[in-house]
Amino acid sequence: MRFATAQPPQWPSPSGVPGMMRIVILALLPAILVSAWFYGPGVFFNIIVAVIAALGTEAIALRLRQKPVAATLGDGSALVAALLFAFSLPPLCPWWVTASGTVFAIGLVKHAYGGLGYNLFNPAMAGYVLVLVSFPDLMTGWPAPDIGDIDYQRPGFGATLQYCLTGRFPDALTLDAIARATTLDRVREGLGAMRTMDEIRMNPVFGDFGGAGWEWINNFVAMGGGALLLLGIIRWHIPAGVLGGLLGMASFVWLLDPEISPSPGFHLFSGGAMLGAFFIATDPVSSPTTARGRLIYGAGIGILTYVIRTWGSYADGIAFAVLLMNMTVPLIERWTRPRIYGRSA
Amino acid sequence: MKARDVLLNPIIGDNPVTRQVLGICSALAITNSLRNALVMGLALTAVLVTANVTISLLRRHLPASVRLLVQMTIIASAVIVADEFLRAYAPEISRTLSVFVGLIVTNCIVLGRTESFALRYNPALAALDGLGNGLGYSLVLVIVAVIRELLGSGSLLGVSLLPLVADGGWFQPIALLLLPPSAFFVIAGLIWLVRSRRPEQVEQPEVREITLTRMERR
Repeated sequence: MRFATAQPPQWPSPSGVPGMMRIVILALLPAILVSAWFYGPGVFFNIIVAVIAALGTEAIALRLRQKPVAATLGDGSALVAALLFAFSLPPLCPWWVTASGTVFAIGLVKHAYGGLGYNLFNPAMAGYVLVLVSFPDLMTGWPAPDIGDIDYQRPGFGATLQYCLTGRFPDALTLDAIARATTLDRVREGLGAMRTMDEIRMNPVFGDFGGAGWEWINNFVAMGGGALLLLGIIRWHIPAGVLGGLLGMASFVWLLDPEISPSPGFHLFSGGAMLGAFFIATDPVSSPTTARGRLIYGAGIGILTYVIRTWGSYADGIAFAVLLMNMTVPLIERWTRPRIYGRSA
Repeated sequence: MKARDVLLNPIIGDNPVTRQVLGICSALAITNSLRNALVMGLALTAVLVTANVTISLLRRHLPASVRLLVQMTIIASAVIVADEFLRAYAPEISRTLSVFVGLIVTNCIVLGRTESFALRYNPALAALDGLGNGLGYSLVLVIVAVIRELLGSGSLLGVSLLPLVADGGWFQPIALLLLPPSAFFVIAGLIWLVRSRRPEQVEQPEVREITLTRMERR
């Protein structure tokens, strides 16, 4: 006889929340370093601002809610949310954009709903969507990646720091002169202008699959995700669902007409696909608990990401897809409720 | 029933928006500028007072079976008058408010007040009730609109108060606040504020939280 035991509650983890969060941070670290290699020190500035803002907001919110501050502050959950949020921001980003997104994510999305374990939405993605919708002009600060023969002006350490602190570059430099369209943007605009994929991909910012820099960041995120899988921090259902959903949609449309659709590989290794699949959608609080539910949830995110990227008005859809599927989690849970042994349906 | 309570209760204690959560649709749609909110508040108040008084006058002659029909006819007539008035005297505002003046017909606050108040009380009280609820609604609209217009476009009543980055100033407008869904956040914040000041307004949860004893948890 086979007794299927479902998810974590039956299997106590020896390290608890702090241990889990520490491993998540370590798994994300290589990808952050690679991102900084390609896009400069702005990546670190974003992280520093987000972490300070997150810990500050967490401490204030816990105090207001009369909860023990030190224990919860040390569990690392705010740190992870801050890291994921900062990692999705463009490397050139004024500090107050980062800070306001973090304060919203931790203060409202996490604590107003009851704190760790009770939030309906993924805090990092809700914060990202807030700043993306609120400050669209400032969310374009992607310089050209430092790779191959892409010849563009890149701001140095001092210029990046000054932009982060004041929102202005030294001398006559402007954001418009430095920021480049991301590969997802290029594909959108190119296809909108009736050009074929082959023509669009002539630009040196494209690599083998996705953007020249971005495909490497996605590789390292995927490796970190693999480590999380091996260590048993996350289970395979959600990443498989997200990547499968995205891959399925992308392959189908691509096979119909490869001239004017980006390849499935491009979709998997562009933007936040890997980050979403391994680090964001797997947030244990805002995702379903059963294996079947997680597959449905993941597939929903993958399909919605493709839909938003292809037919929506934003270049990447991971954040919106995660928030939309977060809303459906109570329904999915209800739908996939396991049968109680000895009772019919 | 004291006249003073009828007039003042709906302003904070029993506010149609923050307490009864009615009229949210228009509160989302037109609060991106203070001017629109003021005009909308005025229009709704006028319609509400007119409808309340008329229906209160007819209350003894209305058969229960057709009362909704009659109420809707009266409300719709008042709305059409308000709409035509705006079109004649403030054509520009009328254009920006577009369908939302006409949609006062479907505003739950109006039918709610005529049905639950005007049918039971005399015209004088009904007028005060309409005025009070109209003011309560307008108050919320104005607060939401001030927040949204000031932070969303850096101005109030079209007068620039916070110089925008685009014009060489320092203020980066929050584009989210110009979108209707942002009013959800602002109204929710307002409800939160009011209910933490007045805990008696907090509703009982529909689902009871089950606390397990130590034995059951094992």
